[in-house]
Amino acid sequence: MSDAFRRRAVLVLPFAWLALFFLVPFLIVLKISLAETAIGVPPYTPLLDRGDGGWSLHTTLANYQFLFSDSLYLRAYLNAIKFAGVSTLVCLLLGYPMAYGIVRAPRAWRGLLLLLVILPFWTSFLIRVYAWIGLLKGNGVINNLLLATGLIHEPLALLNNAFAVYLGIVYSYLPFMVLPLYAQLEKLDPALLEAAADLGCRPWQAFGRVTLPLSLPGIAAGALLVFIPAVGEFVIPDLLGGPDTLMIGKVLWDEFFTNRDWPVASAVAVAMLVLLLVPMGFARRLLRDETA
Amino acid sequence: MINRLSPFLAVMLAVGYVFLYGPIASLILYSFNASRLVTVWAGFSTHWYVELAHNEAIRRAALVSIEIAVSAASGALVLGTLAGFALQRYRRFRGRALFGTLVTAPLVMPEVITGLSLLLLFVALEQALGWPAGRSMLTIIIAHVTLGTAYVAVVVEARLAAFDRSLEEAALDLGARPMKVFFVITLPLIAPALLAGWLLAFTLSLDDLVIASFTSGPSSTTLPMVIFSSVRLGVSPQINALATLFLATVTVTVLIAGRLIGGPARRREKARAPAPAAQES
Repeated sequence: MSDAFRRRAVLVLPFAWLALFFLVPFLIVLKISLAETAIGVPPYTPLLDRGDGGWSLHTTLANYQFLFSDSLYLRAYLNAIKFAGVSTLVCLLLGYPMAYGIVRAPRAWRGLLLLLVILPFWTSFLIRVYAWIGLLKGNGVINNLLLATGLIHEPLALLNNAFAVYLGIVYSYLPFMVLPLYAQLEKLDPALLEAAADLGCRPWQAFGRVTLPLSLPGIAAGALLVFIPAVGEFVIPDLLGGPDTLMIGKVLWDEFFTNRDWPVASAVAVAMLVLLLVPMGFARRLLRDETA
Repeated sequence: MINRLSPFLAVMLAVGYVFLYGPIASLILYSFNASRLVTVWAGFSTHWYVELAHNEAIRRAALVSIEIAVSAASGALVLGTLAGFALQRYRRFRGRALFGTLVTAPLVMPEVITGLSLLLLFVALEQALGWPAGRSMLTIIIAHVTLGTAYVAVVVEARLAAFDRSLEEAALDLGARPMKVFFVITLPLIAPALLAGWLLAFTLSLDDLVIASFTSGPSSTTLPMVIFSSVRLGVSPQINALATLFLATVTVTVLIAGRLIGGPARRREKARAPAPAAQES
């Protein structure tokens, strides 16, 4: 068995699988976003039609025009970017000191602290979002506590608003920020900080001039791992959000499941993908560098 | 001095862990609440666990989910191992950039896009070839294999990157065929990564709501789908009980797997660097 043959044998199965079940589906999404909605199974018109005079091609940009003509879609787009962007920033502000704290913790604790960050990632995402409903509800745990202590006299509106969506995203994606930051900060040579101190840097100066610049790849990786999936988030705006927190992922879901408009849902998917193409390219490069 | 945990970092760590675990703790606490109102404490009770055990819809959905997760994780293990091996060992081949993109892109792709695109593929395939006939557990399994493959590949590739190849070379020098080297030397040495990858693919499948909703058929309602529709109707202590059982199972599994995976790795590390504590102080 030759080397080239062996390579091909190893590659053919995963390559063919991913091409068929990951690459081809996007081409179909693109295709259907150019089709017209129709009543039937499946609910869209064929692009290629064999009439009397041979094959003819039917494409339409109407679905995209529709997205631009209704301000709801644009608002959902901008909302998604806003919610994902602000949540990424909050994740960074909370996650950076956590990652740095784990690196600085006594060696014996580090494994446990790291495990405690990873563990929520292994537990159900849906259940963790659900947990917040019980806490944030009008007669939920937090309101009950605040009422009992006399700090407030009427329940606060904590659920079904922008606050709850921010909270949900930060809570769900925080581990994705901490882990790459930890991996980056752990590689930092302590001798560099000693050198900075010897040369007269105060600790916060050393942080700004040494630690922070050297941890930029970790910041970038964490930010992308939070931002990209958060833009397309459906569960969090659906369960924790309200009428003013529409995000593009929920719009896609509703177009598909409620309106059963497959072409418009496809156009939303294509538009979302275009938005994410640049950050995804960065993320791929970072993931590659990390593992290669 | 430099390497000590400052009070600020210690406080931030505490805040972070309270934030991560507070909601989970309250979820577990209220699963033992006697009251139907999730938020009013009325004494300890295991009533909701009993009720959960008699909930036929949840039990059926749990069995469906487990069957899907086991099949999907096993499929992803095979494909992901091959993909990770190819990415780590074959530095140059035609289509490597495309292959690399296909392997890692599912990791960050928003689930609504993956779900919608797979569903449209299944519909198009059914129209053109008559397969797969409708949506069923099979279509969910295919979708989850695709997602899981990416995770397994990344874990396997990382393990192979830290792999000492001298054992493989020795076996080849002694006349073993490449195939035999792979099964007798390589595979056992990366076994912890394979276990971690399988578990990761398993839990991802068990937890997935969005992709399963797009690709499921009438006879294949998964556990997250049942949880989601019941949560949409309001908070229910039964869901708290279910969540507690789920969390307990996952925690125990991860701890056992961590011991299996971390134990040998730590021993090796210690053997290589005999006095890490001495270097640090």
